[in-house]
Amino acid sequence: MIPLSYYLTLGALLFGVGMFGALTRRNAIAILMAVELMLNAVNVNFIALSRYLPNSTLDGQVFAIFVITVAAAEAAVGLAIVLGLYRNFKTVNVDEINLMKW
Amino acid sequence: MTEVFFFALAVFTVAAALLVVLARNIVHSAVALIFSFCGVAGIYVLLDAEFLAAVQVLIYVGGITILLLFAIMLTTRIASGAEVFNEQVGASAVVAVGTTAILIYASLVGIQISGQAPATRETTSTLGRLLLTTHVLPFEVASVLLLAAMVGAIILARREGE
Amino acid sequence: MMEYIWLVPAFPLVGVVINGLFGRSYLRERAHLVAVPAAGLSFLVALLIALEVVAGRTLDLHLYPWIVAGHFQVPIGFLVDPLATVMMLTVTFVGLLIHIYSIGYMHGDPGYPRFFAYLNLFMFSMLILVLANNYLFMFLGWEGVGLCSYLLIGFWYEKKAATDAGNKAFLVNRVGDAGFLLGLFLLWTTCGTLEYGAIFAQTATLQASLTAPAVGGVSLVTWITLLLFIGAMGKSAQLPLYVWLPDAMEGPTPVSALIHAATMVTAGVYMVARSSPLYSLAPPTLELVATIGALTALFAATIACVQTDIKRVIAYSTISQLGYMFLGAGVGAYASGIFHLATHAFFKALLFLGAGAVIHALHGEQDLQRMGGLRRPLKLTAYTFLIGAAANAGVFPLAGFWSKDEILFAAFTTGHYGLWALGLAGAFLTAFYMTRLYCLTFEGPFRGDPAPARHLHDAPPSMALPLLGLALGSVVVGGLLGYPPEHGLVHQFLAPSLAAAPEAAGHASAWLLAGLSLGVAGAGIGAGTLLYLRWRDVPELLAARFQRAYRLLWHQYYVDELYDAIFVDGFLRFCRLFWKVDENVVDGAVNGTADVTMRVSNGSDWNDIKIVDGAVNRIADIIQGCSATWRYVQTGLVQNYLMAMVLGIFLIVSLYMVL
Repeated sequence: MIPLSYYLTLGALLFGVGMFGALTRRNAIAILMAVELMLNAVNVNFIALSRYLPNSTLDGQVFAIFVITVAAAEAAVGLAIVLGLYRNFKTVNVDEINLMKW
Repeated sequence: MTEVFFFALAVFTVAAALLVVLARNIVHSAVALIFSFCGVAGIYVLLDAEFLAAVQVLIYVGGITILLLFAIMLTTRIASGAEVFNEQVGASAVVAVGTTAILIYASLVGIQISGQAPATRETTSTLGRLLLTTHVLPFEVASVLLLAAMVGAIILARREGE
Repeated sequence: MMEYIWLVPAFPLVGVVINGLFGRSYLRERAHLVAVPAAGLSFLVALLIALEVVAGRTLDLHLYPWIVAGHFQVPIGFLVDPLATVMMLTVTFVGLLIHIYSIGYMHGDPGYPRFFAYLNLFMFSMLILVLANNYLFMFLGWEGVGLCSYLLIGFWYEKKAATDAGNKAFLVNRVGDAGFLLGLFLLWTTCGTLEYGAIFAQTATLQASLTAPAVGGVSLVTWITLLLFIGAMGKSAQLPLYVWLPDAMEGPTPVSALIHAATMVTAGVYMVARSSPLYSLAPPTLELVATIGALTALFAATIACVQTDIKRVIAYSTISQLGYMFLGAGVGAYASGIFHLATHAFFKALLFLGAGAVIHALHGEQDLQRMGGLRRPLKLTAYTFLIGAAANAGVFPLAGFWSKDEILFAAFTTGHYGLWALGLAGAFLTAFYMTRLYCLTFEGPFRGDPAPARHLHDAPPSMALPLLGLALGSVVVGGLLGYPPEHGLVHQFLAPSLAAAPEAAGHASAWLLAGLSLGVAGAGIGAGTLLYLRWRDVPELLAARFQRAYRLLWHQYYVDELYDAIFVDGFLRFCRLFWKVDENVVDGAVNGTADVTMRVSNGSDWNDIKIVDGAVNRIADIIQGCSATWRYVQTGLVQNYLMAMVLGIFLIVSLYMVL
């Protein structure tokens, strides 16, 4: 049997990779992908804990479903924003967009 | 046996995730993302969450990734030799590794649960019942959220004056 | 079927939503096509459920936890028992008929869809009120009907009188509701729950602590019931909070029939009956309830005898009849009170709708002195109105006789001889003013403008049908449910949901008392017929002879003027006092201060420019110098900010792990 900590470790690794991507990629779409990776990491933790915690119902899985829902909404709105960016700036590289600069 | 599966899936998933983050070509990133999502779906199967595995494949692989590919096709000049990463790569790497280390430390030391709870049979029907009883309010709120996201996406993506 | 009880309020709610959203722009003159079926379906479901209740089933249904805050838990739930069933049937049946009536009455009104949306909203709220299984959910309906009452009184909001009447109703009800809410607080702190079932199950175990003298030597349960009764006084227009009801007649007549006669104003009686296990533990409150009821019954009846607005007479009659209901509840005969409530709903709605038909035919004329002789042109209206008036007057064997007589009988047998006498006097006056009302409207010569009177026509079918339905109800309901007195169907049916009535002290002959009250009613009718049919100039002479008494009654005992003088004027005087203080003391001080300030500020101006500004400018220079380097932190790049955030979280988590 696989101990719980293995799953949590996998979740942590995925989260770290996603975070690195979100912090470093220039392309806005790549950042969105990295965010999806982080959300997946959270889901892995939710489902693992719902499986391992004593006396747990399937609440963890229900939450994972809500996370997936929010992720889908986020992807739709995020990509719409990316399209809007591209129309206005002719680029999707976030380090070239600094309207809020001092 | 399950350990072998687990490690194989875990290595596969993390490797694909690394490819997502590191690939120079954004289309490669998207394809690697598909593999990573599939790996996570496999992990869900190992955790007796078959329904979520199916949902994962349907929504992430079938929906979100395709959406991402569309956006890539509509916006990016593919393989435009330019720099992929911004200037804070070094600091980001340190922070990401640090965060991962802390999280792994926490999951190895901080949480002491030995043994699995007995597996729930018929997860799908149980989930359905939970969604429509205990969690019916969040469920309805989520539907409103999806509607709002849909309307928002349409308004944002529409060209002016159309 | 019973599990679908929520359908009963749900249908009107759907009607509200549809008419509220699409009524003005799409449905317009077709609004009734939504609202009337909604009321009809609601009645149908209520009827099916009532059949099951008759078969002996009851249900305490929890649908959803509405409010959960620690120990304070309130569900959305329904209690279906005989009491709720009687109320539910009354509300849905009368409501349905009045919906139908409104098709004809409100035809052509610019606010037609709005009117039906409000009517449906009212039915929804009223059904919540009677079907709720806890006090807070009931309070939701209680406030809901109050809101609908306000909206419908002020329905013709271009009329100043209508909006004023709406405000008055709302404000007076607020006084009562404040008491009601305090009662709920006290009830919760005492019993720890607001659900009927749980509270009434506790009354046995908590009896000692509930009835022990608490605050001011009065037991807790007395306080609770007193506070709740204050709410009932407001909603059910009892002394001294009745003043809003006569003014509420500014609303459309179907509204007067539905809300201000048949259903909403009886909410207080229902609440007292519903809380009967509590009230039975509080004899002082019961005494007060009975006394206020009897006083109101007589008080309002005297006023009704001289008013000349057709709707105002019926309104005061309503207040008087509500007094009888409270008298019944107060002497422990809850079932008789509820019985009177049900019969009253029929004949009073009938009277209002008949009055509406008359007003409709006369194009808005409401003054009795400009009516008369309308029996010939308005045949159907006249005969149904006569049935309603007779039922109200307590003529055997119509509805009002059975229920009113039971209340008087209960008052007598429990030893409240004084209250019984008040009630009997009220019964005489009731018969008198009902006869007067009928005679002035339908008999004698026509006293109004003769020109339009030639083409009067009777109620259209949509208005005639409810009149006939309610007239039938007024005839049969009393005898059907009330025979034999004290042990009729309605008593057996209601027994499980009410606290037991006290055993009759001495078994006075029921038939003797019934005969007595019949005789009194007959005397009233006789007096009315003589004065207003035979010797028609006598009332004028009487009014002239007893001018002072007449003036007193005509001005409704000057209660409105009294309240105006005490509360409104008092408040204004209070305000004016503060205004004076404001003008002389505060303003004077302010002006003096301003003068001084001007002088000082001129001096400080120089100081300001040279010293302070100088300092500020130097500091600003220094800060600008410093910030030259720091402002580069605001890069405007999303990922820099994200980095800062992640770093912060990383530090906090690390710190947490280390510690």
